[in-house]
Amino acid sequence: MNNEAAPLLEVRNIKKSFFGNQVLTDINFTLHEGEVMGFVGENGAGKSTLMKILFGMDVIRETGGYEGDVLIYGKKVSFQTPFDAIHAGIGMVHQEFSLIPGFTAAENIVLNREPVKKSAASEVFGDRLNTLDYAKIHGTAVSSIDKMGVAIDPDMVISQMPVGHKQFTEIARELSKENLKLLILDEPTAVLTEKEAEALLESIRGMSSRGIAVIFITHRLQEILDVCDKVVVMRDGFVVKETPSADTNISEITRWMVGRSVDNASTRKEEGSSRQSEKVIMTIRNLWVDMPGETVRDVNLDVMEGEILGIGGLAGQGKLGIPNGIMGLYEAGGKVTLNGEDIPLNNPRACLNAKLAFVSEDRRGVGLLLDESLEWNVAFPAMQVHNKFLKNYMGGLVKWRDEKAIEEVTEKYIDELAIKCTSSRQKARELSGGNQQKVCLAKAFALEPGFLFVSEPTRGIDVGAKALVLDALRRFNRESGVTVVMISSELEELRQTADRIAIVSGGRIAGILPASESSEAFGALMVSQVI
Amino acid sequence: MNERTLENREKSRFQKFVADFGLPRLIIAGFLLLLFILAPIVGADFPTQISNTINRFSWNAVMVLAMVPMIHSGCGLNFGLPLGIISGLLGATMSLQFGFTGPFSFVMAMVIATPFALILGTFYGWLLNRIKGGEMMIATYVGFSSVAFMCMMWLLLPYNKADMVWGMAGKGLRTTISLEGYYAGALANILQIRIGNMVIPTGTLLFFALLAWIMWAFLHTRTGTAMTAVGSNPVFARAAGVNVDKMRLLSVIMSTWLAAVGILVYEQGFGFIQLYMGPFYMALPAVSAILIGGASVNKASIANVVIGTFLFQGIVTMTPTVMNNMIHMDMSEVIRIIVSNGMILYALTRKTEGSR
Repeated sequence: MNNEAAPLLEVRNIKKSFFGNQVLTDINFTLHEGEVMGFVGENGAGKSTLMKILFGMDVIRETGGYEGDVLIYGKKVSFQTPFDAIHAGIGMVHQEFSLIPGFTAAENIVLNREPVKKSAASEVFGDRLNTLDYAKIHGTAVSSIDKMGVAIDPDMVISQMPVGHKQFTEIARELSKENLKLLILDEPTAVLTEKEAEALLESIRGMSSRGIAVIFITHRLQEILDVCDKVVVMRDGFVVKETPSADTNISEITRWMVGRSVDNASTRKEEGSSRQSEKVIMTIRNLWVDMPGETVRDVNLDVMEGEILGIGGLAGQGKLGIPNGIMGLYEAGGKVTLNGEDIPLNNPRACLNAKLAFVSEDRRGVGLLLDESLEWNVAFPAMQVHNKFLKNYMGGLVKWRDEKAIEEVTEKYIDELAIKCTSSRQKARELSGGNQQKVCLAKAFALEPGFLFVSEPTRGIDVGAKALVLDALRRFNRESGVTVVMISSELEELRQTADRIAIVSGGRIAGILPASESSEAFGALMVSQVI
Repeated sequence: MNERTLENREKSRFQKFVADFGLPRLIIAGFLLLLFILAPIVGADFPTQISNTINRFSWNAVMVLAMVPMIHSGCGLNFGLPLGIISGLLGATMSLQFGFTGPFSFVMAMVIATPFALILGTFYGWLLNRIKGGEMMIATYVGFSSVAFMCMMWLLLPYNKADMVWGMAGKGLRTTISLEGYYAGALANILQIRIGNMVIPTGTLLFFALLAWIMWAFLHTRTGTAMTAVGSNPVFARAAGVNVDKMRLLSVIMSTWLAAVGILVYEQGFGFIQLYMGPFYMALPAVSAILIGGASVNKASIANVVIGTFLFQGIVTMTPTVMNNMIHMDMSEVIRIIVSNGMILYALTRKTEGSR
């Protein structure tokens, strides 16, 4: 086969937009048999969308398809469903496990492709009554596990496996497909221990030597250098660099990853600056938080009064765990003081009483009463914590909702934050993501906090709403002098909003830099302690 | 042209009405209306039918009201209603045993039942807090097993009042105890209205209205708001500093106490105390009534209680009478079971949809 003439995979001028939001622009690359290509980029750079296009996921078609061509061996293909992609020899291991917990590894590996035996019943009633050929299932599983080069027990039930073995089972499932030509691994090492990750890298090398091409997505840059033939760096929907991995190094890749055209990106304007004092308002010492997927290991941090402190970092490094732990939503330990007074951990009420407030990143799960009116959503915490919006009867014995005060405060925030809704009695579920986020902010503002945590305030909302939300936060900070700690995956957003930015890596604070610092410096911190 | 827009507007208004009121409720209400029309035609006495329906409404409404707090706090439908009913029965039998008579024995029955309801409710709430997500199933078991346990206790507890115990043995409570001379009609006779064959138990209705008003008021207080929020999104409530377990516990205790009062109201109208397997069959009618009223597993209002109880009791009183008169055969019990269980089944399949 002539590799030069017809590469295994060629991607030409791929463009994709979600509801007018351009997320991929002019993506071009080629991949030959046996080649290992590393894909890196910040969260939201477009890696996952690109992989979804390659794998023919429904979400692409439902949102209007894509522009450009995908060619396999020089022939144009257009996958309507993942089945088409599998048929063409593409395998994908997703970030989330798609395994059946009650089945053994072997059963999961051959799922829906089980070898079967004819039986008396199936002779009469048709193929649906064929029985499973367990010996063959075992054989298929063992051979694909061997191909991978990692020892996992084919008879072990998935639910009893350590998380690394689950990952290997998924890979073995893809390898067991006879016609596999291209394997896409989406952050496979994120859940693995160092040793398991090494074994995985070894098996990637093995696949490549057998002629299977691999696309390898990871945040651990060292792995890219170790195993990949070439590396593709994505940023904001563009491929910013494609280079043989032998010719580059970690710091260069980091710079490509985060190094936007720094001149265009405005850091926080001076007139907006609100940092008024050098007084420490909150100290965090030896904080650990047991939040699944966002474990905080040992965080020490001082927050200055009146500032906006940004907390950034890659996904899964623990930045979200910090506010969730302090606010008592996940189990935490360590010492947190506000204005010199201890904040008891694992006690949401005590935090709220101390005039802390939190806008959760999980808008629909934690942030809102989806089935209740906006009025309830805005006024509820303030009512419960500070006894606001209540009328007292019988000497305070009966505390009745003051519907009028509730309506007034809700209307006030609807105006201030420009929340688009039919009335203050509309149900929160019916609003768009951006407007829901504004309701979450209104809820926190109505508490009149002295200290505000805002977690991923712009996740999943469009550009226009983003600007409004960030602006509202800045205004709140400036006008009421409230200290704001903003956690976000988007560095650029932090640099526009915050005074200082702390970068979390590996569950620890890797460093704190002023927002005006160069992107390279932030990038280096982000990957400094990744585990 | 003009006519057509008018027609369209008329049509959309009708559709909106159907959507607001709920198609199933409309169908059931229509069926009930049909029964009322059929009743005189097949020869059933119309005023008697009306007063039967109103009477049965007044007996059952409080037990249906008992569903409301647990639905609001997200504990689901209280299939454990028999537990509260047993508290009420303990109050009722003890009130008689201690020699109270007349309407005053009703007050004393409520007073004595209250501590039992609080204790059993606390235990029951504590249990439900440990099995979040499976409340309704566990509640069913709690209800049934408490009935089985009390079947033994009614025999063993040292009651000895002559008109309550078995005649021969002189101990162990009878299955049915007449309330004649005690609190039969204690509420129903207050301000009772009689028009020919029609009897309206004003006192009972007022008593229900009072409890319903207190419930409505409670749901407008700070604590009541917190309870609703817990049911709507427990994580949100926790993040807003609400003690979720405490709210759920409170709702269960309220529900259990209302069930205790509910059975006393039922007895004073019915005229008998039913022990042993009596409480066994009380939870399902109450559950189906509130579901027919338009409540869902996590949303319920006082209007749902009133409408639901009226529709459900109306149908279970009217259907057998009309049917019997039509086919001259006694099928009342069979029809009652088919109607009430069918309604529960129907309501549970529409789990998420509630109207408020």
